[in-house]
Amino acid sequence: MMQTIISADFINAILRAATPILFAALASAIAQKSGIVNMALEGIMLFAALFGVIFTALTGNFWLGFLLTIITGGFIGLVLAFFILDLKTDAILAAIAINLIATGATVLILLAYSGERGASSSVSSIAAPQVILPVLDKLPVVGKVISGQNLLTYVALAAVVVVHLFLYKTPLGLKIRSVGENKDAAESVGISSKKVQYIALVISGVLASFGGFFLSGGYMNMFTKDMTAGRGFIALAASAMGGNTPIGGFLVSLLFGTAQALANVMQMFSGIPYELIQMLPYLTSLVGLGIYSYSKMRKAMKLENRS
Amino acid sequence: MSSSKKLDIIRMVLAIAIALGISFLIIVLTSKEPVVAIVKLLTGPLTSKRSFANVIEAMIPLIFTGTGVCIMFSAKQTNLAGEGAFHLGGLVAAVVALKLVLPAGLSPVVALICAAAAGALFTAIPAVMKIKTGSPVLVSSLLINYLALYFGNYILNYVIRDPSSGTASYPIPDAASLPVLVSGTRVHAGIIIALAVAVCGYLFLYKTKLGYELRLTGQNEAFAQYSGISIVKVILVSQLIGGCVAGLGGGVELLSPIYARFTWASLLGYGWDAIIICTLSKKNPLYTPLAAFFLAYLRTGASIMARSTDVTLEIIQITQGIIILLVVAEQFLSGYRQKMIAKEAKAALKEQEASLT
Repeated sequence: MMQTIISADFINAILRAATPILFAALASAIAQKSGIVNMALEGIMLFAALFGVIFTALTGNFWLGFLLTIITGGFIGLVLAFFILDLKTDAILAAIAINLIATGATVLILLAYSGERGASSSVSSIAAPQVILPVLDKLPVVGKVISGQNLLTYVALAAVVVVHLFLYKTPLGLKIRSVGENKDAAESVGISSKKVQYIALVISGVLASFGGFFLSGGYMNMFTKDMTAGRGFIALAASAMGGNTPIGGFLVSLLFGTAQALANVMQMFSGIPYELIQMLPYLTSLVGLGIYSYSKMRKAMKLENRS
Repeated sequence: MSSSKKLDIIRMVLAIAIALGISFLIIVLTSKEPVVAIVKLLTGPLTSKRSFANVIEAMIPLIFTGTGVCIMFSAKQTNLAGEGAFHLGGLVAAVVALKLVLPAGLSPVVALICAAAAGALFTAIPAVMKIKTGSPVLVSSLLINYLALYFGNYILNYVIRDPSSGTASYPIPDAASLPVLVSGTRVHAGIIIALAVAVCGYLFLYKTKLGYELRLTGQNEAFAQYSGISIVKVILVSQLIGGCVAGLGGGVELLSPIYARFTWASLLGYGWDAIIICTLSKKNPLYTPLAAFFLAYLRTGASIMARSTDVTLEIIQITQGIIILLVVAEQFLSGYRQKMIAKEAKAALKEQEASLT
């Protein structure tokens, strides 16, 4: 078992499991920074997983299909924003409604498109390609890790840096954070909080759809019913545990990916029942969330005592 | 009736009408026999005694989880672990019914008490985490649902599985099952417990001091705290009771004649359904039976439709989603509300003038 864990394949498995979570965690971070909980990640990812398959099959072009998918993701983010910001719908309930619609609509759309129930096995979609990095792939041991990952895994890693720079080094990022920190203060210096939150939710939708696309065009090569399996919720937890920062979300996504990969390995090698092993990723997230929140609470209490 | 209440009802009816309208449109666009499908959806449950009984059966779990969510959401505790509590309630009831040999009559009672306790302890996990570590209840409650599912699968496969039956437990003994009320159907005693729970939930929230404290905290936590209400108590009590009701619901559902064995290998979704029940009943448990009847009717109609036409059952999830969106959208019909308030104010003003002259 140890041999399996210390191998390039194991690290690849971690990255594969972490990729969709990471995208969604980044999506959650941006929404949270603007002061809105985006629980619709689950539904947006599910829609994107389906549309990724349909759009790449329809256009016959990976890039075009991918582009259309993320536009759809951004559009769902926009709809969510419209309900929350213009129609004053409770953010959680609006998200639950969108998730519910996603569960039903994806099955319905797939049925109308291909006549299949629950899995798009007959749709010839185009998955994101594996990327072989020249030269680097020749390196012993690490070559197998650095090179040969799915394109979207590299995109996810790059997105951590991009979202970090966006939030902390650009004027718009500053606006998003200031609206989330204190809406009234931001308004008082002339920032339209509504506009900023709209933008944040659309970006959040786009990022979540990257993750959804990866599920059906990378992690697997087809869409299956409810294939997100709570990943949007895990990402919400990952983001919360990471203090809603891109770097924090990245680290926690890796932790979750490790738990998932470990669960897969343990299933093969240990005598522990599979059902209990399946609990591992969720249990890790829950314990991590508790520890992180506790340390944050302690810090806040210390600050209060000092002043 | 006050105008705001009247407006609430108008809004709700309109929201449901729009949601159904959109669903019909989808049916017309995708089905080869749209008229048959729509007629089956709307009138299917009324066509036979058995179909109508199906509506009543389907109402029962919805009332339980709906009431649980009403109580938690009234205190503004967005605990979504009702799903897991329901699952665990069913599991615990099955284990107790199978493993404890008790005299008939006593067996279901003990099983249901254990189910309720399990549900309460389960939804209290996010509450305790909130109090002790400050973790957001929303996130932790979403995560523990999966723990309930996999733990349930473990118990099912390793403790109560009947080797001769695939993935199902040994049959639940008759002594532990809830009696059927209407012969020829599966309408069971659970409906009485469900209605009692809805009424008790209402009495608790609206007629007791603790219930008032819960609602006040839900409306304005800072104000509640200044008035001397213990927020920690509210967080804990609301979630203990919410989970207790959901767990009881799981137990009732499993011991009902609908299930001969414990077969739940995935979450059933009643925790999510509870949110639409809570939305439709405006967080008042007294109205949960009405909301549950509506949803159960729609679902039964949809499954009759799915069985006899080419339209799938999933369409109803879209209908539900749209209903939630429109009912919760505060600004939906706000222009109309404005007009109504203005009209009332004018009428009052006129009356005043008339009485002065």
